[in-house]
Amino acid sequence: MSDAPDIQALVADAETAIAAARTTEDITRVTTQVAGKKSPLSEAHRSLGKLDPEARKQLGQRLHEARTTIDGLLDRRRAEIQLAEMQASMRSDLLDLSEFVPAPATATANSAAAATATTTTTVATTAPSLRGHLHLVSQTRDELEDVFVGMGFEVAEGPDIETDWYNFGALNIPPAHPARGMWDTFYLNLGAPETTLLRTHTSPVQIHLMEAAVADGDAGLPIHAVMPGRCYRRDTPDASHLPVFHQIEGLVVDKGISFADLAGTIEVFTSAYFGPDIHSRLRPAYFPFTEPSAEFEVTCTICRGSGCRTCSQTGWIELGGCGMVDPAVFDAVGIDNDQWTGYAFGFGIDRCAQMRHQIADMRALNENDIRFLRQF
Amino acid sequence: MRVPLSWLRDFAPFAGDPADLAATLDDLGLVVEETERVGEGLEDVVVARVEEITPIAGADKIRRVVVDAGDGPVEVVCGAWNFAVGDLVPLAPVGAVLPGGFAIGRRKMKGVASNGMLCSGRELQLSDDGQGILVLNPGEGARPGQPFTEAMGIEPDVVFDIAVEANRPDAWSIAGVARDLAARLGLPFAIPEVDRSAAPGAAAGAGVGESGPAGASVESLTSVRVEDLELCPRFTARVITGVVVGPSPNWLADRLRLAGMRAINNVVDASNYVMLELGQPTHPYDLDLLGGGGLLIRRAAAGETITTLDGVTRELGRPGPGLGDTGEDCLICDAEGTPVGIGGIMGGASSEIGSGTTRVLLETAYFDPMAIARTSKRLALRTEASARYERGCDPAGIDRAADRFCQLLALTAGRDAVVAPGTIDVRGDVPGPVELTVRTARVNELLGTGFIASEITSLLGPIGIAAVEVSSDGEADGGGVLAVTVPTFRPDIRPAAMGEADITEEVARTYGYARLPRRMPAWPQPGRLTAYQRDRRSLKEMLCGFGASEAWTTTFVSEFDQTMSGVAPPYIEVTNPLVEAERFLRTSMVPGLVRAVIYNTERRQGDLRLFEVGTVFHYPATPPLAGGDAPAAEMSERLCAVFCAVGDDAWTAVGAWRAVAEGLAIGDWDMAPAAGTPGAVLHGYRSAGLVSVGSTPPGGVGSATGATQFGVVGELDPFIVGSLGLLGRDGRPRRVGWLDLDIGVLLDRHQVPRRPELAQPISRFPSSDIDLAFAVDDDVSAITVERVLRRAGGEELESVELFDVFRGDVVGDGRRSLAYRLRFCSLDHTLNDAELAELRNRCIAAVETGGKATLR
Repeated sequence: MSDAPDIQALVADAETAIAAARTTEDITRVTTQVAGKKSPLSEAHRSLGKLDPEARKQLGQRLHEARTTIDGLLDRRRAEIQLAEMQASMRSDLLDLSEFVPAPATATANSAAAATATTTTTVATTAPSLRGHLHLVSQTRDELEDVFVGMGFEVAEGPDIETDWYNFGALNIPPAHPARGMWDTFYLNLGAPETTLLRTHTSPVQIHLMEAAVADGDAGLPIHAVMPGRCYRRDTPDASHLPVFHQIEGLVVDKGISFADLAGTIEVFTSAYFGPDIHSRLRPAYFPFTEPSAEFEVTCTICRGSGCRTCSQTGWIELGGCGMVDPAVFDAVGIDNDQWTGYAFGFGIDRCAQMRHQIADMRALNENDIRFLRQF
Repeated sequence: MRVPLSWLRDFAPFAGDPADLAATLDDLGLVVEETERVGEGLEDVVVARVEEITPIAGADKIRRVVVDAGDGPVEVVCGAWNFAVGDLVPLAPVGAVLPGGFAIGRRKMKGVASNGMLCSGRELQLSDDGQGILVLNPGEGARPGQPFTEAMGIEPDVVFDIAVEANRPDAWSIAGVARDLAARLGLPFAIPEVDRSAAPGAAAGAGVGESGPAGASVESLTSVRVEDLELCPRFTARVITGVVVGPSPNWLADRLRLAGMRAINNVVDASNYVMLELGQPTHPYDLDLLGGGGLLIRRAAAGETITTLDGVTRELGRPGPGLGDTGEDCLICDAEGTPVGIGGIMGGASSEIGSGTTRVLLETAYFDPMAIARTSKRLALRTEASARYERGCDPAGIDRAADRFCQLLALTAGRDAVVAPGTIDVRGDVPGPVELTVRTARVNELLGTGFIASEITSLLGPIGIAAVEVSSDGEADGGGVLAVTVPTFRPDIRPAAMGEADITEEVARTYGYARLPRRMPAWPQPGRLTAYQRDRRSLKEMLCGFGASEAWTTTFVSEFDQTMSGVAPPYIEVTNPLVEAERFLRTSMVPGLVRAVIYNTERRQGDLRLFEVGTVFHYPATPPLAGGDAPAAEMSERLCAVFCAVGDDAWTAVGAWRAVAEGLAIGDWDMAPAAGTPGAVLHGYRSAGLVSVGSTPPGGVGSATGATQFGVVGELDPFIVGSLGLLGRDGRPRRVGWLDLDIGVLLDRHQVPRRPELAQPISRFPSSDIDLAFAVDDDVSAITVERVLRRAGGEELESVELFDVFRGDVVGDGRRSLAYRLRFCSLDHTLNDAELAELRNRCIAAVETGGKATLR
């Protein structure tokens, strides 16, 4: 069997050649050289025909193994080279981003890849062709804030992640209270089960504000603030609900504040935001953190009060909840019930946007379709 | 809750337009979600008796039914199977028009003529039950051919579907709704008393069949032992013997149907009827199926199980993960200790009332509302009973409810039915009426009204709240003080100061919110946005000015998204996510914004720039202590922008950042090397950190600055961009510019100083320009050179601008040429050549110090 190919040497040669490949071109050439039609491997295959069946079987088996080995080596090296070339290409794209030349259209490209070039090239202008658009929710929130600022309110904010105390306990909703069923809560893997959560409403900001206000005597009182922000409820999204949504909350703690002031505030806000022919009305409701409590409705913005399908022929659309701050809430934060009274209200920012712009499906708000974003 | 008007009229003489009544209910906070008219348009429907039922060849869903409708047999085809020969059913003959305008015609199905239709409760718009034909109770003398409405005693009625607030268990009953409504309308309200001494059981149907002295007492028939009076503060038992289980009277079944419940049998129906009418759940047991012939109420042992009526085996007695869940469950057992029901929530199958039941034990109890709430929540088992108990039933209403049950059952329980004399009544600490003091002045202070004490008294009286004026100190200014007694059916009204607010709401509610005064309050404090809020608005406007539109992307992301963001676990995780895969809170806005770009690219509108302002969340470095209540999560508000318009790349992002820095008047900032930027998400060679410049000036070119990083700018990693399929025309990953600013830091003027607030004088003397080009090592940034120039130039240096960048052999490897135009000017004279030469030398020397740059 002296003329039998030395398979071991053949594989070794291929391995050396493959390892020597440095570029995509190299590896392509080496592939032809060690595994192509004219490669020693293919020659050896062709020579099989001359052998007797037993030898042919034996050698064929060994040649097959050799090919598998060589193919594997080729694949691995090819991947390595591709990765290295990609990384090299990234490295050669190196920029010093502080070499920013402000003049448009005459700026020079300064990548290290151009190190051998002797001329400078211009880079694309960074001037925008169109103005972008604020999200409808931002626009709505800004406008609501402005209306309330004009009425003498400050704007306060609080964190998205809250403890049970701020979201529920201090708001007169003790653990296991059935009223918790009013909010489907997302709980987090922080601390003991159900102690940390994504706020279900902006009301915890009230607690933060009041705690801060009484931290140094009553120095921080009175409070006149609205609190916009993102809230989370475990509701399956549909045309009128999103599990992540925006609310704006109002809180006034002052001397001599009454339900009449609350009703007046809501009426003034309603006409200021929705228009002079839009009014408000209150009806009794239940919220653990206000007493007396009310739900407030505004004139249907579709039919302007004459009755239509949207408002179930009533002429009114429910917008939010409100009431006088419950004494239990004042107790929780340490505000003297006999000296101070207060009211609170809250409603959906997204819902205001939906009402005013007649958005059929709320889900359009976080789909981020540029055709939608550009409308507002 | 579905409330038929006819049922309300049992309690007060309501009249007038139902629409007005609905509006009044709304104004009382008993919001009517729907008003439904029922029992109209049934003139053509007659009672028919089923004579014959035969199959139809080739049909397995419908059968041929022959009925007698008074004048001979009528052949119809029917698809319902819930009736038998001899049953009385409603027939809509050919020519009849049903409610809703459905006209009955003669039809032929599978060769069989159908001369009319047998009707379900839904087809007659009497109920939601469309499962089978409405079968009449045969015991009430209905006869074939009789008008259906006459046989059923149906008159046109109105059903109000009322949303009852969670704090008003009393209003979750017909009587409770009637009480509020009557009070507002000034109508007399009364719950008819049940006469317990009425005819004995022998005269079934004549009232409560309470047996004479000869009858065995309830104590001799059964026993009740309550081991845990905290979970079950009151438990009563009655026994009715000689009961024949059968259908309820038509009128009763009809009311249940209107209220949305299905009639089952006279015993169960009576229990349901009482619950709907009075709000008190009761539970009837088959006494003969109770081991030991009695009941034992105890706390469930840890891990004890029971199979409830719905066929589910439930484990009890162990606290769940829910906050405040003590794991205390109230178990109703038979006298031998075997569980037969979860107290106040659901019974077990073992002692259910069946057709063979003859002795009924009736449970009427008061369970601790909080205990019911936590058990019901943990088991995810909410029933009509549990929903009422957890809100708080009236412990004083128990006897009336039990009496009413016996009275109703007696109507159909058979001639031998006897209510055993006496009641077993086990009591612990049952809530009694709340007594409190209410100041008229406080009510007026809260409402902005001017009520006098007697007005308040007369507003509260009709809803069952007794108020007596105990002192009239300062009556002149509305200072009367009232002693108020709150009935036990109003557990929502609390004692003391809180109760004063609760009573104030009742005053307002019965008076009418719409009639209360309104006024716009005024206070001396101005309203305003904070500097942070104003700056944040400006930031957004600047990005818009740069052609970017604001997006709103998801807070909930997947594990893949977190990896893409280059942030290592642990992550903040939602324990009860809406979508299992998306259970993490985002650590970056990259996934959201990139997905938004992909969404638009898929719609052939991927040539765009987007930004978002929002919060990202990081798992706290130090995990919070168990039970500790400070949220230790790290949150930061960020502005992120993705630049994906045609031709955009890192420079676009830098341009946007420069515009922002200029807009905020941030005079001095620096870039940190890309290697120092966090996260694998950025292109390692085409990004930079954005850092503030510390107050200590750096030595020369190449010296480090002590600084706070507030953002990154550059390009996204092409591997990530490519793996998400954002490819350019050449098949390579698109260049995507990226800007990420921690605006909490950026907008903090202490951490990132702004230019001075005070106006700087402007020189009125001519300025001179000097151009300087340096060969600078690649590891020294152009902005560093610029800063060194600015410091060296001092007060006379008006501006510095990089105007040319150049690489090539002339400059040498690892360096490039940076050319700056320096403009010098003095406030008080024109700079002469000598001065300019001095300034020039100073600048050159400063840049060359450190040996990393040389003048070209």
